[in-house]
Amino acid sequence: MSADSATFRFVSTNRRVREDRRFVAGYGHFIADVALEGMLHVAILPSQHPAARIVSIDASAALAMPGVHYVLTGDELAAATDPLMNGLDTPLVQRHPLAVGQTRYAGEWVVAVVADSRALAEDATERVRVSYEPLPFVMNAEEALKPDSPPVHPAHGSNVLLDRTFVWGEVEKHFAESPRQLSFRVTWGRNSTVPIETFGVVASWDPWREMLDVWASIQMPKYPDQIARGLRIPANGVRVHQDVDVGGSYGVKRGIKQTVLVAHLARRLGRPVRLIEDRLENMRGGDAHGPERIFDVEVAFNDDGIVKSMKMKALDNAGAYAGRAPFQLGKPIGAIVGPYKIESVQYRAQSVTTNKAVQEAVRGFGQAPTNYAIETAIDKVAAAVGLERIEVRRRNFIRKDEFPYLIPSGSTYDSGDYHTVVDKVFAHIDFAAMEKERDRLRASGLLAGIGIAACLEPSGANSSFEPLLNEKNTTTTWMESCRINIDGLGFVTVTIHNTSSGQGHETLVTTVIGEVLQIDPDLIRVVRPDSLACLPSNSPVGSRMAIMLGGAAFHAAQKLKAKLMRIAAHQFGLGEDKVAYAASSVRDPSSGKQLGWAELINIAHRNYHLLPEGMEPGLESTHVMQVPTGGTLPKDGRVQMYPCHSFEFHVVLMAIDPALGKPEIKRYVIGHDCGTVINPHIVKGMTLGGVAHGLGAALLEEFVYDDEGHLITQSFMDYLLPSAHEVPEVEIVHHCTPSPHTVFGQKGSGESGYLGAPPRYQPRSTTASRRWAFPSTSFRSVFPPSAMRSRTRNRANRKSKPNDHRLPRPSGAAKSAGRDPQPDCELSLDPPDR
Amino acid sequence: MKVDLRINGTIHSADIEPRKTLLDALRENFLLNGTHAGCEHGVCGACTVLVDGEPVRSCLMFAVQADGYDITTIEGLAPAPGELSVIQDAFCETHGLQCGYCTPGMILSAHALLQHTVTPTREDIVEAISGNICRCTGYGQIIEAVEFAAARLRIANTPRPQHGAPHHAQADQPIAEPK
Amino acid sequence: MKPAPFDYVRPDTLAEACALLAGDEDARVIAGGQTLVPMLAMRLARPLRLIDILRLPELAGIREEAGAVVVGATTRQAHAERDPVIRASVPMLARVLPWVGHPPTRNRGTVGGSIANADPSAEIPLAAVTLGAEIMLATTDGPTSMPADDFFIGPMLTTIGQGECVSAIRFPVWPHQRIGVGFFEISARRSDFAFVAAAAQVALDDEGRCLDVALGVGGVGDRPLRLDVSCLLGTKLDAASVSEAVNTASLDMDAMSDLHASAAYRRRVASVLCIRALEQARGNASAKSWKGAR
Repeated sequence: MSADSATFRFVSTNRRVREDRRFVAGYGHFIADVALEGMLHVAILPSQHPAARIVSIDASAALAMPGVHYVLTGDELAAATDPLMNGLDTPLVQRHPLAVGQTRYAGEWVVAVVADSRALAEDATERVRVSYEPLPFVMNAEEALKPDSPPVHPAHGSNVLLDRTFVWGEVEKHFAESPRQLSFRVTWGRNSTVPIETFGVVASWDPWREMLDVWASIQMPKYPDQIARGLRIPANGVRVHQDVDVGGSYGVKRGIKQTVLVAHLARRLGRPVRLIEDRLENMRGGDAHGPERIFDVEVAFNDDGIVKSMKMKALDNAGAYAGRAPFQLGKPIGAIVGPYKIESVQYRAQSVTTNKAVQEAVRGFGQAPTNYAIETAIDKVAAAVGLERIEVRRRNFIRKDEFPYLIPSGSTYDSGDYHTVVDKVFAHIDFAAMEKERDRLRASGLLAGIGIAACLEPSGANSSFEPLLNEKNTTTTWMESCRINIDGLGFVTVTIHNTSSGQGHETLVTTVIGEVLQIDPDLIRVVRPDSLACLPSNSPVGSRMAIMLGGAAFHAAQKLKAKLMRIAAHQFGLGEDKVAYAASSVRDPSSGKQLGWAELINIAHRNYHLLPEGMEPGLESTHVMQVPTGGTLPKDGRVQMYPCHSFEFHVVLMAIDPALGKPEIKRYVIGHDCGTVINPHIVKGMTLGGVAHGLGAALLEEFVYDDEGHLITQSFMDYLLPSAHEVPEVEIVHHCTPSPHTVFGQKGSGESGYLGAPPRYQPRSTTASRRWAFPSTSFRSVFPPSAMRSRTRNRANRKSKPNDHRLPRPSGAAKSAGRDPQPDCELSLDPPDR
Repeated sequence: MKVDLRINGTIHSADIEPRKTLLDALRENFLLNGTHAGCEHGVCGACTVLVDGEPVRSCLMFAVQADGYDITTIEGLAPAPGELSVIQDAFCETHGLQCGYCTPGMILSAHALLQHTVTPTREDIVEAISGNICRCTGYGQIIEAVEFAAARLRIANTPRPQHGAPHHAQADQPIAEPK
Repeated sequence: MKPAPFDYVRPDTLAEACALLAGDEDARVIAGGQTLVPMLAMRLARPLRLIDILRLPELAGIREEAGAVVVGATTRQAHAERDPVIRASVPMLARVLPWVGHPPTRNRGTVGGSIANADPSAEIPLAAVTLGAEIMLATTDGPTSMPADDFFIGPMLTTIGQGECVSAIRFPVWPHQRIGVGFFEISARRSDFAFVAAAAQVALDDEGRCLDVALGVGGVGDRPLRLDVSCLLGTKLDAASVSEAVNTASLDMDAMSDLHASAAYRRRVASVLCIRALEQARGNASAKSWKGAR
């Protein structure tokens, strides 16, 4: 049931994104704008130790302060609530919003203070006395794997959350047969999407209706369910208000620990309670860090550069608790070979606990680091056989006529035309001119090179990595819903059942429904009911909403269109197949008789006597849609994951002053194919924003811990976000290979740009003098990262009396956590003979 | 402490403790929620307001310091309820935002630029918004919005203060700083 | 991130401000607040009283004296950036100001504030040290002053004592006609604190020989450093001389090693930037004509 792109009226046109209007006027409705009468405020006291036993907590001085209402400890909270859910089957890795018995990372939340204002709550946290007994700790993933490393969760027995090896195809045979092999290691540093708005939540308990009301800056599937479980209350006693605008999330605002904490307090105190993380709470203990991975990769190939087989080991440093993060090793399985026809793969996924902050779902859910490893492999193969990198890619790409294409791990890629996208990009760039420019830069004494990356963006979120990695999880349903009501005056109202963080969902659904019903999308109203009035939703994750919400809206609109046609056909005395719908009217082509919108509405709402037998009055339809290609459990370690696969191809020209080490992007071009584009503005924004995230991840952003287990980069002074100076102009070259699985041929694009950008920045050094492994934050080893200023520390120490538990720990002048750049390393971006 | 602040042309008075930032005062005392907190340490720019026409981080000012200035928040830009200024409309035209959180600060920085600079280059625009971090857009469509607004303002029949000069304080205000 | 509570006082005169500071060791000056307020927000600083000096008339204004330009401490960085006197007479200061923070921080941040903050990599202190400026201070015993070299004693550390306040900075004005400035800094992002910054000013005679030279580096040690390249006087600042002078001058340069960058990196990059700054200064000076220049 697809629509023909040639005849789109609204889809793919440059309609304004309607949500923008209220935001440019400053009338968004963000969580910090939610203020209930009598509301109290929370501040958090974190632990300063990477691991420590909590010996005692003395809140008496804090409680004596005016305006302070309560001090909550982990013991009390754990007695009243259930531990937060894990993704894997690791029941002895228990996570609570506040530490219980021991703290497991520096910055972990230990005590929550409730007061009349945030400022008073912060004052009071300074008066809570916690005594700790430091414990041994481990920060490094490879150390954590060793049997003698201190276990972060002693009850669990070791630091290993996951160690699972998959073998898809005849890997050993292919390796034995291949004339050539190579192996390498790459690392992906710990960074995250770090939205400008931190996570915040307001909860209010109504004891008379036994109802918990929640408002939050949230992007999380099954959020109400998890709140209910945590608080041990019926799920229909939780009402999440979804009309909260979310100030950016890109995956990370899962907020369940914050919500259980605040909900408990609301219930306990009988007053609404609000927690808005401040930036320190967010960076240190918001549990929103991203993957931190070491990849060891081997590939088997021939002299023509054809890669036959790959072995990949991915070791991820999950941090102190499990949560959902280990699944980020599972999702890339659905595109484990990237856009290439690699015939067999061995994949070992390892996730370990360490005494670092907890990871959350970051844009791409593990795909970006994996793409980085795959692209590095291809580049190395090209260097080994002496072929152009793009040529090796062309030879290994899946060809357009080979789709749908089944990859060794069990997913089928829906459609693609990678060769054409690459051709288009090169035509746009004038590659020869770019090479000349590179040579000119080199001649002027700079290091210069052209980086390329080709990768997939799986979209649709058929999240079958869950049952794949956890056999006890039998979830195969990933649904989304839409409800449309045409009221008695003929106006259309749509409900959507999730919060949005800038993806333009209102514009998406109205465009789709307007296309089907052939009415102006701007006349359609979108509302977001609260979770009790909602239909099932799985939230905007995994680039799924264009596919799923678009699909549900399409089908709901089709149902209404069919109903209107039936009503008209009944008036005309014809079969439904004899009438035609056009421009919101229904016509009998043979006689020319026509019923317009107003007349059809009137019949549906007020003339029951004119309705066909058995038809429900009114004009309302609902559609609950399952994800395309979903619904199967894994078998033999194979399963179909996401249904649709967008493709991106990045080309960047970069120069580095060898004396200074600072990279400069001269030109950035991305070819992007996400099938049919429902709203070009939105897709462009996703792509450019993703590239900026990727640039930050590769060149600027990192959560750095020192040797004492403290997070050094805990504010925006040290965790460097790209500004308009750092993000270059990006040229986008479009292509459209529709998906056969979706109503308009659309694929997802929410993670575009981010998945290919970081691989682009990694240098290919071919000289032996490369001294250290580049993290994905590649150039940052050359180009020293900025960190919390020891100078600020000195000034503070001179003038203040620091006995403040909230103080970030001093990093000390000499602690460099092993990241010292070696200034005399030689770098080249291209092997010198290109 | 009692404080009188001129915000969007109107004097607002409140009793505010010294440690309360202008940002928090705008939001909590005066219910102007369009100015947002992103970091509270002066880096992200989400809290940007105009003080005497120039962009300033309201998280780095205390309300008790803010008397005697002409403060403009995002709520002060729209010509009337339901209408948008040329710059606000330009951001809608090019989709120069997604989640909207950095947007008020971004628009105010752009507004200040276009008050002095009739034909800003791309570099001028980048420099003007360099203190406003956006995590959604990658800045491309924001820069387009400012260019679009600049073009529309050039052909509009609306006078602007003299080129190159910063926006001047209102005549009836005490001189707050050396000129 | 709310500050710990404090009282706020806005004295009407400088004398009153000094008296308040002298009488209360938990009192601190606030002017533009761009470096102080983040520290208050993170509770790294916890004064019990803030003395607001931003509107004191005695601290405002830019005036020319014989052989110097005196910049009032509360002069906004953005104002100084646009000031024609500074542009004409203290070109190094004009040159570095666009690199200080971001436009919004320059709208509030003050020249005196940057001096008092004494960040080792800050541009205004670097210009002050390189040019041999004088830091003028108000105290309860009357005004005093100190060479910038002596004023900065460590990272974020100055000789300011209790009861004292920076009142102005006196920048020397070179009498020569062909003056050029060079400045380079390297940082992670455009507006971040510099890892290394180098500032140079040269004056040339009509044949391109160096009549005067000043060179300084910031961000390398724990405070801005003036480097002695007086051996360049009389030369034409050719590449070889410049290189040798810089390498000699930076031989024993103290360099910090921390998470930002290693000492080795800082020293190496400092040399590179110093050479480039001198070359840029020479180029800019050469572009000026001998008669009636400036």
